[in-house]
Amino acid sequence: MDMFMEYVWAFLVGGLLCAIGQVLIDLTKLTPARILTSYVVAGVVLGAIGVYEPIVNFAGGGATVPLTGFGYLLAKGVREAVDSNGILGAFMGGFTNAAVGISAAIFFGLIAALIFKSGSKINET
Amino acid sequence: MNISNQEYGELAKRISPPSAMYKTIPMAFVIGGGICVIGELLLNLYQMAGMDMEQAGMLTSMSLIFLSALFTGLKLYDRLAQHAGAGTLVPITGFANSVVSPALEFKSEGYVLGLGAKMFVIAGPVLVYGISASIIYGLIYYCFKTFGG
Repeated sequence: MDMFMEYVWAFLVGGLLCAIGQVLIDLTKLTPARILTSYVVAGVVLGAIGVYEPIVNFAGGGATVPLTGFGYLLAKGVREAVDSNGILGAFMGGFTNAAVGISAAIFFGLIAALIFKSGSKINET
Repeated sequence: MNISNQEYGELAKRISPPSAMYKTIPMAFVIGGGICVIGELLLNLYQMAGMDMEQAGMLTSMSLIFLSALFTGLKLYDRLAQHAGAGTLVPITGFANSVVSPALEFKSEGYVLGLGAKMFVIAGPVLVYGISASIIYGLIYYCFKTFGG
């Protein structure tokens, strides 16, 4: 049952974060690029003031999969890096914690772009 | 009927968004929530396989990014995105899609300035502002730590 609730919370919190994004798109005409950027920066701010960590603890993937989770990860990395390296850490922690995500996106992106044919989606259907 | 451009714009705005929003928002909620549930599932699987929380989290991100790259290549992700809107944009898979999609599209303009450069058309700004925000936080945190608080 506990296990089941974990998935329910992941679904609800993750869904809510996406629904907020959709409201922003529908009402404010924010472009996808601006939504992604705002979500990451919002995640950094929420992570910095300590609001996001409790959400991660109870929603798991519902909080870490959306891009606010990526921002939270940047803030967390910076905090840990400053703790162990002083002011230099401010310039280390973000990339340290984002390394896997960025590297994966670049590498898998390159492979996918090399393997697959580009083509308009309209021709496909 | 004679109406100005401005009036037409207002009319279109009044008529179009509410008729769609009752559909777009629940779709974004369900599909976005679903992607997060897949993430939670992977997170648990990797932890059951003996990884600690941090490793499992990173491998989950990596797996989702891999799947997103694959489904973007197969043209399935963009088809889902037409219905899901922010539901496929906000999760990390949307970030991966924003990398793969332009890389694929601009491959025809060359491997360096096409594929290589266009890959960061959306991911670039995300990193510029995300990393900069984290650096500002790091500097503030450092000042609080050293000079008080």
